[in-house]
Amino acid sequence: MVGAATVDRREADGADVTAGDALAVDERAGGVVVRVRGAWTLRTALLVDDQLRALGERTAGSVTVDAAGLRRLDSAGAWVIQRTIARLGARGVPIEVVGLRDGLRSIFDKAAPEDPSTAIAPPAGSAVLDTLEKMGRRWVEALRTGRSLLGLLGVVVASLGRVVVRPGTLRGTAVVAQIEATGVRALPIVGLLCFLVGVVLAYMGALQLTRFGAAVLTVNLVGVTVLREIGILLTAIIVAGRSGSAFAAQIGTMKVNQEVDALETMGMSVIDVLVLPRVVALMVALPALTVFADVAGIAGGAVVCLFLLDLSSAQFLTQLASGVTIWSFLVGLIKAPVFALVIALVGCHNGLGVSGSAESVGRQTTRAVVESIFLVIILNAIFAVTFAEIGI
Amino acid sequence: MQAVPDVETGPAISVRGMVNRFGAQTVHDGLDLTVERGEILGVVGGSGTGKTVLLRAIIGLQRPAAGEVTLLGERVAWDGSSTARLAGRFGMLFQEGALFSALTVGQNIEVPMRERGGIPSTLMDELARLKVALVGLPADACGKFPSQLSGGMKKRAGLARALALDPEVVFLDEPTAGLDPIGAAAFDELILDLRRALGLTVVMVTHDLDSLARICDRIAVLVDKRIVAGTMAELMANPHPWIREYFHGPRARAAFETAAFETAAFETPALTAGEEG
Repeated sequence: MVGAATVDRREADGADVTAGDALAVDERAGGVVVRVRGAWTLRTALLVDDQLRALGERTAGSVTVDAAGLRRLDSAGAWVIQRTIARLGARGVPIEVVGLRDGLRSIFDKAAPEDPSTAIAPPAGSAVLDTLEKMGRRWVEALRTGRSLLGLLGVVVASLGRVVVRPGTLRGTAVVAQIEATGVRALPIVGLLCFLVGVVLAYMGALQLTRFGAAVLTVNLVGVTVLREIGILLTAIIVAGRSGSAFAAQIGTMKVNQEVDALETMGMSVIDVLVLPRVVALMVALPALTVFADVAGIAGGAVVCLFLLDLSSAQFLTQLASGVTIWSFLVGLIKAPVFALVIALVGCHNGLGVSGSAESVGRQTTRAVVESIFLVIILNAIFAVTFAEIGI
Repeated sequence: MQAVPDVETGPAISVRGMVNRFGAQTVHDGLDLTVERGEILGVVGGSGTGKTVLLRAIIGLQRPAAGEVTLLGERVAWDGSSTARLAGRFGMLFQEGALFSALTVGQNIEVPMRERGGIPSTLMDELARLKVALVGLPADACGKFPSQLSGGMKKRAGLARALALDPEVVFLDEPTAGLDPIGAAAFDELILDLRRALGLTVVMVTHDLDSLARICDRIAVLVDKRIVAGTMAELMANPHPWIREYFHGPRARAAFETAAFETAAFETPALTAGEEG
């Protein structure tokens, strides 16, 4: 008899129970007697769900629920019984429950129906209106972001002014650590990418210019494009992806852990401790990286010129010296601190904008990268037009 | 009429010789634990004694360095296979609720029901609303997202999800931490009701001395990398220094005295009420 004792719980739950075993509806002259028997768990509830719904709708006269045979009850089982009782009650049918065991009483009572109109899914509106509303919200949000970014810029500039007056107040260790993280560690990736772009640029240029017998102008093409545009733009985009996101994630995580609140409670300024070192560090690191990127890009171009166009290194250098001026280099370099400021500010701004959950850290990090790359490219276009207008 | 036995025989949970290590640090060393069906077991221990690790290992989330775990007669395999077979038969309330943030509370509760399959969506909605009411949340919490809830409400919603399929065993990781005393007491009552009605087995990590005294049948204390388990009276008499300090501290005494008074005055334990034929 050991086998009978170790019966699978799923059987005991009513796996082989049919609707007829669990529920018997006995219609008499005086009213309806509903017998519920055995184990009323989710499985049983599924079997008798439709039958009970129908019962709740059509039965008239008095109803007695005989629960004497009820052995086991879970909340799903209790619910389908209670729901039927409530439905009948709402239709004015007198109803009575008899024979329910004390042990099952509390779960039975707890399963009383709630207001069935409560929404489970978030409310869905009209698609067109929703889209319009979302667009409007985006615009307002973008304008608000712009305003609060300008606010942060103001605070940072004020803070920077204080540091200029009293250099001792700058947190030097933090600045050096950030220069290492954002500058030194970015050297390999920036160098490699700029070298490869220099190679591609020279290769494409050589293919086209050879047709006009002006292959040697490839050197000018590579020199001017890398120094004026590619070096700084590529570096700024890499740094926005690497460090802008890191700033947002670091500060955002601190915000979620309430570390930012702790700093403020101890009387420290979040701007001085977290934002300023990052801004200063990036304004040092990005120009330095740009110089390195310029060298790597031109080296990439040089490799193509030397091997594909059979120029000698002396020819390459002479051609380069005649093709570019010091302004080609400076035009690129002037943009670097501006881009650095934008990337650092956008990163920190999004980090400080984290609210509540870890999910928000991820969202803000993505926004930091998108916004800073967007702003860098817009600013770059403005720079290009301005420089062209003033003739450098 | 011959009644079919309600439940399988054998303990709900059995842990044999469990060893857990993190790097050089051994958290559990040859830990044994048996939890009977229908029992409410409290797990206590100092910080870093591996209370949560123990729960995670039992439910198959974390593979211990050695030892074996049997949960509801199923050998836990720590590769997801046993968890899949046991789906719906146990539930876990994580410390912060661990609700899916992209879903509303109601949809969160319906996740295990959808996974089970075969439940009409009307009934799922009804049951989700019922669970929300059962754990003492207001009805309008159903349509709210987890980010719109307070910490205590998230816990209740997490419990509602753990109870979605009326499991046999629930694991609670600090269920009453962060709740106000009234909410915590209501939570305790809820657990007792569910046990009475469903024969629910409960394993709860808790530091709430009132909960321990009020609802736990036995208490498992994690000391010296193992478990010392016993009833309140047995542990009160235990000479181990940490256990003595825990159960004889001023806060413990106050909690236990209140509980003893209430139990004597207002009710008699009805452990087996839901099981007699």
